[in-house]
Amino acid sequence: QMSKQLEMFRTNLEEFASKHKQEIRKNPEFRVQFQDMCATIGVDPLASGKGFWSEMLGVGDFYYELGVQIIEVCLALKHRNGGLITLEELQQQVLKGRGKFAQDVSQDDLLRAIKKLKVLGSGFGLIPVGGTFLVQSVPAELNMDHTVVLQLAEKKGFVTVSEIRASLRWETERARQVLEHLLKEGMAWLDTQAPGEPQFWLPALFTELYSQEITPEEAKEAIP
Amino acid sequence: MDRFSWTTGLLELGETLVIQQRGVRLSDGEEKVKFDSGVLLLSTHRLIWRDQKNHECCIAVPLSQIVFIEEQAAGIGKSAKIVVHLHPASSNKESGPFQSSKYSYIKLSFKEHGQIEFYRRLSEEITQRRWESMPTGQAMQVSKDSQAGRIRAVGIVGIERKLEEKRKETDKNISEAFEDLSKLMEKAKEMVELSKSIANKIKEKQGDITEDETIRFKSYLLSMGIANPVTRETYGSGTQYHMQLAKQLAGILQTPLEERGGIMSLTEVYCLVNRARGLELLSPEDLVNACKMLESLKLPLRLRIFDSGVMVIELQSHNEEEMVAAALETVSEKGSLTADEFAKLVGMSVLLAKERLLLAEKMGHLCRDDSVEGLRFYPNLFLTQS
Repeated sequence: QMSKQLEMFRTNLEEFASKHKQEIRKNPEFRVQFQDMCATIGVDPLASGKGFWSEMLGVGDFYYELGVQIIEVCLALKHRNGGLITLEELQQQVLKGRGKFAQDVSQDDLLRAIKKLKVLGSGFGLIPVGGTFLVQSVPAELNMDHTVVLQLAEKKGFVTVSEIRASLRWETERARQVLEHLLKEGMAWLDTQAPGEPQFWLPALFTELYSQEITPEEAKEAIP
Repeated sequence: MDRFSWTTGLLELGETLVIQQRGVRLSDGEEKVKFDSGVLLLSTHRLIWRDQKNHECCIAVPLSQIVFIEEQAAGIGKSAKIVVHLHPASSNKESGPFQSSKYSYIKLSFKEHGQIEFYRRLSEEITQRRWESMPTGQAMQVSKDSQAGRIRAVGIVGIERKLEEKRKETDKNISEAFEDLSKLMEKAKEMVELSKSIANKIKEKQGDITEDETIRFKSYLLSMGIANPVTRETYGSGTQYHMQLAKQLAGILQTPLEERGGIMSLTEVYCLVNRARGLELLSPEDLVNACKMLESLKLPLRLRIFDSGVMVIELQSHNEEEMVAAALETVSEKGSLTADEFAKLVGMSVLLAKERLLLAEKMGHLCRDDSVEGLRFYPNLFLTQS
């Protein structure tokens, strides 16, 4: 009964794959369409490496390998950003690691791979900020209060207690608790030398315009 | 390339950064120029290129100068490119690296990828023309439209025609692919409906369905990627495939576990196993489902889930509670330790070090000192010295 239907479907999929497998590999927009259609009918092509979709279209390997690369990038940068990284920076770093001859990777591809990683229990998650996402890769508890402060900080890369009081209308104590939690988790750095009041900076939000990666030699030269 | 001007690279008031990409080379039409390796930044107003080695060398062109853009796919030994066709430079343009150029277009070579996203964002910015509604501090380059219009007619019409043809060809290929995809999805939808009706039958005839048939049904669902509606409670999400996988994992992970003190996080396992496989990788769900079966198959490894949700694989012979006693000794020797310090001392990952210290705290052996300087653990003197 079902096995016959399954065989027929398998043949159909094989035919499709022989004509369009390259399209999936090369075209991110096509991948998005494909994923959306699967979701509409209640099918998850990435659920298992043993699924037809994975075996015949090769979608699985693309995303599972991306998952490995994402884990490695997040681990390498955790000491600096506390386990938070923007989707843009993650994309840059992953592309760098993939090398010249690998396929390009879109932000949609990264989002789908990350959603699959959640099930491994090490705290992978997505936090929407300013039109993009922060990718969390540590099991730190971040509730709505923390998320809202992260979104506020996204504009300038830092935030102060006064700004939180003004924009969100919170009491000082509530603002302090949230900022302290981010400090403890290593996701925020405190600048007590800022003019006015202390500033809480988020390394995850540093961009090329605020910061540059320099070698130890360049650093030596820069200091008088 | 004569449309570019020198710039400081700092954004003006009212100008926002949209996207940036490292490893981009500029070419003047078909000719290479000395702008070989730089960061390309797209703002709401300009396209800026800054040399990666010499940050002082920074040039920009206003987006208003762009006529249109096209993509050039990567080839063997060649990076993907975006070709940017430009209006002629206006006479009041600020000084730049080139006084004149025989080409009316430039090429951006993406040596480190990133071309797809950049192209998408650049197209958006050109369409939205946000620079018109967001005046900046600097005097804007005003392209004299009437003059530009006349010059435009000559070389650009031919290019536009070629682009139109290419677009039609691509459209045809894509629509065939989408048509085939839609047909395929229709068939897949039928499979989903069929599986729902079978699942319902199973639910009703709880006792009448044999274990064999249920197992076969579950493997069908796995092949199609359909979530398991009914049988999850009774037999778990695992299938024959996952059972085999669990046995394989027990073989593969024995040595790595012994090398790492008997315990590894599931993300570590995922990376290790998939890197070793190279092809036909495991999905995260495959790994979790297989690990859930380890204990019931009486294999020498087990899955353990900490309170924080962190999942690990341990050797059966590994006793985390015993390790806690050793951890207590280490902390006592040093007076106090943070998770980072402990991880470095013992040679563990910070994630697992933290879990061990938390477990020790839960068992009453350690006390925490939670401050902005970090989470530090001390031996629990309340217990030992009362």
